Amino acid sequence: MPLTLAFLVFFVLPFLGGLFLSFTEFTTVEDASFVGIGNYVKAFSTDSGFINALIFTVKFTVVSVISVNVLAFLLALLLTKPLKGVNFFRTVFFMPNLIGGIVLGYIWNVIINGVLSYFGVDITFSADYGFWGLVILMNWQMIGYMMIIYIAGLQSVDRGLIEAAHIDGASHMKALFHVTIPSLMPSVTICTFLTLTNSFKLFDQNLALTGGAPGRETSMLALDIYDTFYGRIGWQGVGQAKAVVFFVIVATVALLQLYLTRSKEVEV
Amino acid sequence: MNKVTNKPLWYILLSIAALFFLLPIGIILINSFKSRFIIMSEPFSLPTGESFVGLTNYLAGIEASGFFKAFGISLFVTAVSVALIIVCSAMTAWYITRRKTAFTKILYFAFVFSMIVPFQMVMYTLTYVAVKINFANPLGIVFIYLGFGAGLSVFMFSGFIKGIPREIEEAATIDGCNSLQTFFSVVFPILKPTTVTVAILNAMWIWNDYLLPYLILGSKYKTIPVAVQLTMQGAYGSVDWGGFMAMLTLSVVPIILLYIFLQRYIIEGVLSGAVKG
Repeated sequence: MPLTLAFLVFFVLPFLGGLFLSFTEFTTVEDASFVGIGNYVKAFSTDSGFINALIFTVKFTVVSVISVNVLAFLLALLLTKPLKGVNFFRTVFFMPNLIGGIVLGYIWNVIINGVLSYFGVDITFSADYGFWGLVILMNWQMIGYMMIIYIAGLQSVDRGLIEAAHIDGASHMKALFHVTIPSLMPSVTICTFLTLTNSFKLFDQNLALTGGAPGRETSMLALDIYDTFYGRIGWQGVGQAKAVVFFVIVATVALLQLYLTRSKEVEV
Repeated sequence: MNKVTNKPLWYILLSIAALFFLLPIGIILINSFKSRFIIMSEPFSLPTGESFVGLTNYLAGIEASGFFKAFGISLFVTAVSVALIIVCSAMTAWYITRRKTAFTKILYFAFVFSMIVPFQMVMYTLTYVAVKINFANPLGIVFIYLGFGAGLSVFMFSGFIKGIPREIEEAATIDGCNSLQTFFSVVFPILKPTTVTVAILNAMWIWNDYLLPYLILGSKYKTIPVAVQLTMQGAYGSVDWGGFMAMLTLSVVPIILLYIFLQRYIIEGVLSGAVKG
């Protein structure tokens, strides 16, 4: 089967090879020599930039996951009301999701630099600009996607339950928080999972919007790993070690998150 | 009563949101018709009088980046990869779900596992392998995408095949079909809804992918994202902003046009992809 072969050659082999190389020092793969956990120690040393990237990524992920999900949920609430033109808005909000990360990054690069130019600075002036620029970009790209999932969730919430709550004297807000949101937990699981993993693994947008500037202050984990591989000669082993750590973090966070939100889902 | 009085407010909120989503693309579009010298100094002005340059930016941008060639390569890689992924992963999923052996169980687990592995983990070694075995070209990259797209696609097809009653396939076998005939004439047509989803998800990912084609194909066979990135990377300080705006517009417009015609399929495909994945 060609698929299994392609999978073995282009995924399993590089994965195992990568795991092995993270314990070696190499520049061309053939010259790999075993150095034990030396690369891992180097990865976490102060001049590697990895810790800085990790902190930046975590901050970015927390802010993005919350803002994207809250805004997407609010839009979904609006668009499940009996209004005319709902389809038009849904189409518009989803559209940015189809545009690739590189192109997206440059579109926002031009706009943010355009706004900042009125203040005589640009996005590389401060790491804060880069941070909020990335958050805005992430919201622009992901809100529509998450909104679609929330709309599907809202449409399957039992109307009878909400009406029953109203008859029992619950206000709109109460009904929302005690009936609608709890029965929406499967959608919340999916959306947090998707925003979480996408934020954590962000690369293209980061490269195009800030490229890590100023200095390497706005490099997220994926970009930091890339720069370690291709920007520092003799550090390829360290790059691979960082990549292994990155993989472990992504896998742990993803599984933990799935486990935690699944346990909150209620059977309706 | 409450609903009626609130309506104008909802529309105002929705319109503000719509503006936030449309404006960035509008600004790029407007700037693509402006003289390259004033784009950075007046990014939000309209092209009027002497600042309007017609299609000059488009001609320059297409010329400098080799846009049409990049478009062709993107189209080739995406179309062939998606077709191959669909046929191969549907077959593999069918095989895995119908023959339960230790081997297929391990394989299924490996496919699911591959979905959570970030690209950076295999980036370096994969590039090394691809160059070594001469797969660093537009045809070779198709097989790399096949290996990478396998996880999600097999997972989604398997989920669907589990719900198909075996009796249909058994009937085909009794009628004298071999397993390949059974697959193509009986199983594959039933899979159509999942096929659409798998096609859309993979097409969106491969069309927009930057890092893999950059590492494997480099500047020799630029895909659109690579062409955009290299235009900026290669020109420190002396960027032709006009040409660049035209390029961004050209990268976005075909996607939006396709989206307008296929939006029902795209939204449903992405939705069912998210819900099952």
